Amino acid sequence: MTPAPTPAPAPAPTSSPGTPAMTTTTPGREFRVLSPTAILGYGFPEASFRRGLERKPDLIGVDAGSTDPGPYYLGAGKSFTDRAFVKRDLRYMLTAGRDLGIPVVIGSAGGSGAAPHLEWCRQIILEIAREEGLRFDLGIIPADVPKAVVRQALAEGRIKPLTFVPELTADLIEQSTAIVAQMGLRPLQAALARGCQVVLAGRCYDPAVFAALPIMRGFPVGPALHMGKILECAAIAATPGSGADCALGILREDSFILEPLSEQRRFTCESAAAHTLYEKSDPSRLPGPGGLLDLTECVFTQIDDRRVEVRGSRFLPAPTPDVKLEGVRPTGFRSISIAGTRDPIMVARIEQILPEVERQVRAMMSRDRLDGRIFFHVYGKNGVMGPLEPLPPAQMHPHELCLIIDAVGPTQEQADTLCSVTRSTLLHYGYEGRISTAGNLAFPFSPSDIRMGQVFEFSIYHLMEADEQQLFPCTVEKVGG
Amino acid sequence: MRMNIRDVAKVIRSKNSGPFELTFDIIFKDRAWFETFRARHIINPELICRLFRIKPEDILGIIPFAPAQAIKITIRRWIPSGALGETDIYGAQQHAPLLDIEFEADPAAPDQPRS
Repeated sequence: MTPAPTPAPAPAPTSSPGTPAMTTTTPGREFRVLSPTAILGYGFPEASFRRGLERKPDLIGVDAGSTDPGPYYLGAGKSFTDRAFVKRDLRYMLTAGRDLGIPVVIGSAGGSGAAPHLEWCRQIILEIAREEGLRFDLGIIPADVPKAVVRQALAEGRIKPLTFVPELTADLIEQSTAIVAQMGLRPLQAALARGCQVVLAGRCYDPAVFAALPIMRGFPVGPALHMGKILECAAIAATPGSGADCALGILREDSFILEPLSEQRRFTCESAAAHTLYEKSDPSRLPGPGGLLDLTECVFTQIDDRRVEVRGSRFLPAPTPDVKLEGVRPTGFRSISIAGTRDPIMVARIEQILPEVERQVRAMMSRDRLDGRIFFHVYGKNGVMGPLEPLPPAQMHPHELCLIIDAVGPTQEQADTLCSVTRSTLLHYGYEGRISTAGNLAFPFSPSDIRMGQVFEFSIYHLMEADEQQLFPCTVEKVGG
Repeated sequence: MRMNIRDVAKVIRSKNSGPFELTFDIIFKDRAWFETFRARHIINPELICRLFRIKPEDILGIIPFAPAQAIKITIRRWIPSGALGETDIYGAQQHAPLLDIEFEADPAAPDQPRS
């Protein structure tokens, strides 16, 4: 294993009490990180959390975000997690952090980590501080990127494409309504160096939440980031895995140890190694801000019945610093209607019926220039896999189908109209061979149509060459003072 | 003797790897089966193209990962996550065609994986 380089000089240490200071490691030193849950708001058992605190952690970290729930949440400025449970999780973490005098770091606040998400989570933190009488310095690090910055980067050739992602254009930037970048270690380290006991970060590279502080304290980057990569999912990497249970990571001079905090779980070489695959294109080489985490030489060792030690994780700094941009643009408004059919004649002819219904709807709407798109999700045929469904229609023998009418229009009203007319047309459509003439659809709900609101799509998912320190400025707020 | 992949794999799953890629993990029950699959290239681009009705250029990689005795397959999403017409935002239910992979258990017999 090559000595792990530090990606950048950490900010200067300060001497105030409780402030993480930069030091070099001495043999036998450990840095313990408590990760309570896979996503802030998913919850965790109190007993596991208490057991974690008994292990005297040096840091409590939590990842709050993901692009997995889709483009809506970034676009609409909403969290995909529930406020009551985010508050519940944070209350345990913030009070424990103050009791033990250790920092609490929250990454990708509010799920998507843009300004509205950050403010949403900040309000929850302030509420808890008031209710619990907590005092601390709160470091707030937004991750929003102004369009002008992206435009300039595009013009200067500092935007790099990722595989399968369409090329970025000035139009796409213009149409985007929310753009964030994933911050890496340095913005978090800057906040910690200023003495913040709680750090609330916008969109963030998940492992950085757990790795920023130990790297400041002189622990090597490779193992710290790899440990962070596993801890960001808490006990998902244990067996049996759970996204709603705590895990402890113990960082050492040149390795790290994974320890479960519930009696019913174990970390095994297999469970830890298998997690390295999770949600990644290539399990051995994981790119992130500042460089590449190279796990090709990684060795997993079972050190006792429940714990695994990992060695050989290497960090290879990138020649130029990149951040990953995430942006969305609005594409209209959606209304849906959910219904079923149990009629064998209709089930057998559904492939012909749906396009006929759409044609009839379009013909009726053409005079009024109603615009929009109709999608039919046909569960029982190919509702899950769409065009990738390999089973030929002739081999499908469903006895009933669930149909979701998915209407997207330029305004909510047009989407409503498109959905409503498609639903009523399909309900009474006289398809060839029909015997049941009272109605073609079984609706489980009244009202039958549901407004889904604004629709977004990912418009930006690109690397931008940029200096992290300038993109992610930190402000410090005195809470409870 | 023909065998089904379900007899030798303990995990077969799919998930997004970012909004533009879909990634599949096949984790084998033991080292020997992993080595068999790796050595004989039973999971190969032709098979993946057939199973998911995609073109070779839609495959980013088929990568064995020894520490987890696993093979990872990453392909292009047919549309970006959440785009109009989406069926599976998380990409967590696209693995089913892999469950039907059959292979020849006897290494002396020719490999003709089919689904």
